[in-house]
Amino acid sequence: MNSFVYLLDTVVTGNSADYVPIGIQIIFAAGFVATVMIATHLLGPKRKTAEKLENFASGIESHGNARQPLAIKYFLVAILFVLFDVEVIFFYPYAVNFKSLGWYGFIEVLLFVCFFLTGFIYIIKKGALKWED
Amino acid sequence: MIHLLTVDWLLLLEKLILIVIVVMASLVIAMYETYAERKIAAFMQDRIGPNRAGPLGLLQPLADGGKLFFKEEIIPNHSNKILFILGPSLAMLTAMITSAVIPWSGDINLFGRTVSLQIADVNIGILYVFAVVSLGVYGIMIGGWSSNNKFSLLAALRGASQVISYELAMGLSLIAVLMITQTLSLKEIVEQQMASHWNILYQPLAFIIFFTCALAECNRTPFDLPEAESELNMGYHQEYSSMKLGFYLFAEYVNMFISSAIVVTLFFGGYDIPFLDEAAHADWGNWLALAGLVCFMLKIGFFIFLFMWIRWTVPRFRYDQLMDLGWKKLIPLALANMVITGAVILWMNK
Repeated sequence: MNSFVYLLDTVVTGNSADYVPIGIQIIFAAGFVATVMIATHLLGPKRKTAEKLENFASGIESHGNARQPLAIKYFLVAILFVLFDVEVIFFYPYAVNFKSLGWYGFIEVLLFVCFFLTGFIYIIKKGALKWED
Repeated sequence: MIHLLTVDWLLLLEKLILIVIVVMASLVIAMYETYAERKIAAFMQDRIGPNRAGPLGLLQPLADGGKLFFKEEIIPNHSNKILFILGPSLAMLTAMITSAVIPWSGDINLFGRTVSLQIADVNIGILYVFAVVSLGVYGIMIGGWSSNNKFSLLAALRGASQVISYELAMGLSLIAVLMITQTLSLKEIVEQQMASHWNILYQPLAFIIFFTCALAECNRTPFDLPEAESELNMGYHQEYSSMKLGFYLFAEYVNMFISSAIVVTLFFGGYDIPFLDEAAHADWGNWLALAGLVCFMLKIGFFIFLFMWIRWTVPRFRYDQLMDLGWKKLIPLALANMVITGAVILWMNK
């Protein structure tokens, strides 16, 4: 219980003004990207023909739409990523306060690692990450 | 209105100048990385490399970049036009904004003002880096999907699932480092390393995992499957031409520079000058900061060279090997490293 209160009680060291330069940098970068995009649009020659605007498929005629049903594996990887990435982020506040939480906090995190591993072993046993059939 | 007036305009101006310098410098460095890559490849394959444009071929990157501006811009008929333009723009944008939290050197003194050579010293520095790196996957995915080309789409899917898979191991490997530093601010991490030892001495395994993941995040060999030209023609940017193609290629080199900078900051002391006690030489003032910056750049240069060395030495992985390495080897390894580090630190502190 004590350790939990400590996590909530962490001293706030920064303020929102620290983020203003990041905002300026994003605006600057976006301006640069837009300028270059417009410049290259204006500078390049424009001699478009119907053949030129076809999709490239190694010289043969392309057939149909490319957006066809895909292997389910990719979606599975994406879903598992979201799941595990959230779990990884949970470790960050612990790692930053880790010394003051001591052995008590360590054992609690070991429990969390066990949950993590249980899920991890489950998806591997289920073959979610098997690419060769 | 009163709130607006209390803004420190000089500070804003100073940050703006710093942003322009940092962004432009990272672009110029990325340009010369392409030159370095070709020269290093040539050296490793016993060739000469670019040597026509200017002395030693030094103007080659300018010629290449300039050429891309004057190439015809082709947007295929069947593509989704807005997304087609948005893809490379996002890739470049994310590459350009990661540098905001990197501390380039110690504070300098200009006209009586103490100027920090870090654009934004936020207390969640490393999380910001992760957030922006995760956005990078949109550039690949949108570009591949909007082209409406089968090869591009396959490459984009491969690229996206590769990048997100290695992000997990990357995030996990850093936790062991954070247990030592007890902070997420990159500036504080560097200052701690200046006071004691570099983190590489305590966390060699975390460094190896992190660097492997950095290779995968930048789509560099041996993890360059999204660009496997022998299988997928060219990769997710197959339909692109002119500066849109340039942005994709360029973003890769900017990312390489930034990830080298982050590796150096986290594990190799950042702008720490080896074998010199900075605190004892505080009277050197701006020269000390300059020496720190030079040291930082030299360390980054070494890691960029390492990226290229690996590219011209190691062949490409097969896709299932790549996913196996990321999920079944690096993630458990990083997790074990974290638990062991935690136990050892607590045991030593007792």
